[in-house]
Amino acid sequence: MALPLQVQAEIVGREPAGAYHRLVLRAPGIAARVEPGHFVAVAIGGVDSAMLLRRAFSIHRADPAAETIDVVFAEAGRGTRELARLRVGDSVNVVAPLGTPFPLPGEPVSAVMVAGGYGSAPMFALAERIVADGGSVAFVLGAATAERLYGVDQAQAITEDVVVTTDDGSEGVRGFVTGPLPEVLTAVEADVVYACGPMGMLRAVTEVASAHDARVFTAVEESMACGVGVCMTCVLPVVGDDGVSRFVRSCVDGPCFDGTKVRWDDAGTIPADIEGAAAMGAH
Amino acid sequence: MTDGYGGFADNFADNFADNEDAGDFDDAPPSTIMLPGGGIDLATRIGSTLLPNPVTTASGCAGYGKELAKFFEPAAIGAVVTKTIMPYPRSGRATPRMAETPSGMLNSIGLQGPGIDAFVERDLPWLAARGGRTIVSIAGGHVDDFVALAERLKGAPGVVGIEANISCPNVANRGQVFACNPATSYDVIRAVRDVADPQVPVLAKLSPDVTSIVDIARACVEAGADGLSMINTLLGMAIDPDTMKPVLAGITGGLSGPAVRPVAVRCVYQVHAAMLDGQMAQVPIVGMGGIRTGLDALEFILAGAAAVSVGTVIFNDPSSPVRILDELRAALIARGFGSLEAAIGYAHR
Ligand SMILES: Cc1cc2nc3c(=O)[nH]c(=O)nc-3n(C[C@H](O)[C@H](O)[C@H](O)COP(=O)(O)OP(=O)(O)OC[C@H]3O[C@@H](n4cnc5c(N)ncnc54)[C@H](O)[C@@H]3O)c2cc1C
Ligand SMILES: Cc1cc2nc3c(=O)[nH]c(=O)nc-3n(C[C@H](O)[C@H](O)[C@H](O)COP(=O)(O)O)c2cc1C
Ligand code: FES
Repeated sequence: MALPLQVQAEIVGREPAGAYHRLVLRAPGIAARVEPGHFVAVAIGGVDSAMLLRRAFSIHRADPAAETIDVVFAEAGRGTRELARLRVGDSVNVVAPLGTPFPLPGEPVSAVMVAGGYGSAPMFALAERIVADGGSVAFVLGAATAERLYGVDQAQAITEDVVVTTDDGSEGVRGFVTGPLPEVLTAVEADVVYACGPMGMLRAVTEVASAHDARVFTAVEESMACGVGVCMTCVLPVVGDDGVSRFVRSCVDGPCFDGTKVRWDDAGTIPADIEGAAAMGAH
Repeated sequence: MTDGYGGFADNFADNFADNEDAGDFDDAPPSTIMLPGGGIDLATRIGSTLLPNPVTTASGCAGYGKELAKFFEPAAIGAVVTKTIMPYPRSGRATPRMAETPSGMLNSIGLQGPGIDAFVERDLPWLAARGGRTIVSIAGGHVDDFVALAERLKGAPGVVGIEANISCPNVANRGQVFACNPATSYDVIRAVRDVADPQVPVLAKLSPDVTSIVDIARACVEAGADGLSMINTLLGMAIDPDTMKPVLAGITGGLSGPAVRPVAVRCVYQVHAAMLDGQMAQVPIVGMGGIRTGLDALEFILAGAAAVSVGTVIFNDPSSPVRILDELRAALIARGFGSLEAAIGYAHR
């Protein structure tokens, strides 16, 4: 894992991107350490801010030459509303790169990138790496509406194999990403699926990929207080290599997990067989 | 990981292997660390332990030290107070476990942890090898648990203190926390003090959710506590107006962060006043609750704390313990103090 840095980053670019905002941050020293799937934790406001917790965003692009990282974000609540007010020339405190990135094949593979909404943000840099390694990629990009799709043009610049879905049919195929996914996996003889998006989507994509004997790696979004592994707020039930399930931290052990190891149905509960569950009965 | 996927799986395994070995850095941590001292004596005494400076991490906000070593050297601060450790592995509560609140947060982690054996074998030696001084926070549902934990820590490397977290629920007493009652607080602290290594000071961590914190503090000191840690989180809750349900899976949680600082300062001030009054023996207080800057730390010291812990603010600024130490040093010098000691309890003069 790359050593994260905490730096004051200058906003050097911002633009609307459909329903989202794209920010370009000049963050000295960080871009060169970034791998696809890493995230950045952004502080909201200055040292007196009443919003203490940083907000996590996937790193969309990292440009070591320009020392910039990009994020694409939705205005979801108070903190992201505040971020949306930033202008070029403003500065924000960031900690990055954080997390365990997507594992790269390191050999030519056929990969399918599946994303929901802004979940596509980390996928393009990953796809480019896979192509550079001699592999091929296809995309299935979905969102609730056409406005909420992100980066269809970027996907099309990488490959012709781009399928788009929207829940309301305002663009592409009507329905969820899992609709066309089986067909895509068969068509490209997929070895591996990379997915990023809401929990329900990741669970469904994991099922489809497993049924097609493709490996599946998912990037999860769990509520995080620290992002650096010290608070234990961000845990998910995950099966270890030893077969034992544990609550593992999605900020340092993830956010990218082997989808088949995550116990999707048990998130938000204490499964009886999770390590240490017995001790909870006591008090 | 064996799955017949060749290089792919190896890569995947590598990612995790690297991650587990957070101590094995390619790059050294930032070299911004100033050595303690710097023109003023910042050393502080907790019982038989002399800390080079008064800044520590608060239990549960720094893991077991490893993760924060990416941001600063554990040895640069007075001590690392570990997440509370219990006799056995514990899963902790269901998620969601946190909610942000104005200038603070609620948490209901539920003391997730690996249990004392894994902690002593794996985590403690790492910190000791890194030169860190460790105050180990312990808790259990019965007095016996505390005793077993204190015994297990005898002779363990790098341990400069034991913090008995009596602010967690007491099984025998159907979920009431030990620290809500002078008698149960006394029992735990007495038992821990009896079995713990005599060279290692025992601190009692108190809850602010009591009628009279002075009564609890006095009971702990009478039981042999070498110091008092104040305060643990305040019980609170948040309800989501969209779902119209409690935000936390555990329904209630502990409130921490700058929002609780006035409560914490009051607790430290009241207990220090009681010591000055002769209502109880004088022992060092480790003050905490919403410390974000050196001036916040100074506030606790003026109220009577001999050391301070930085908790929730670490989530905002992972290097804050060393920043706060630097700011505190500057603040003491600016006010003409020649030593930390001279500032302890100054507000009572
Ligand atoms: C690893 C990771 C990568 C992410 N990548 C992106 C991205 O690329 N683009 C993007 O738009 N969003 C992303 N998110 C989600 C983003 O962090 C939340 O939308 C954002 O924190 C909401 O903050 P708020 O202040 O607007 O909402 P509030 O509801 O006011 O936030 C309150 C608290 O809850 C947390 N929180 C709220 N919603 C979420 C959520 N969905 N996920 C995690 N924590 C949440 C906040 O961090 C904050 O601590 C990512 C989350 C994680 C964990
Ligand atoms: C996420 C979290 C976990 C905590 N876990 C523990 C714990 O395991 N043991 C303990 O004694 N206190 C625990 N605390 C309480 C802190 O140590 C501290 O007493 C309290 O948060 C007040 O300080 P602060 O406002 O600086 O965080 C925890 C606090 C937080 C925010
Ligand atoms: S967010 Fe704190 S441990 Fe993951």
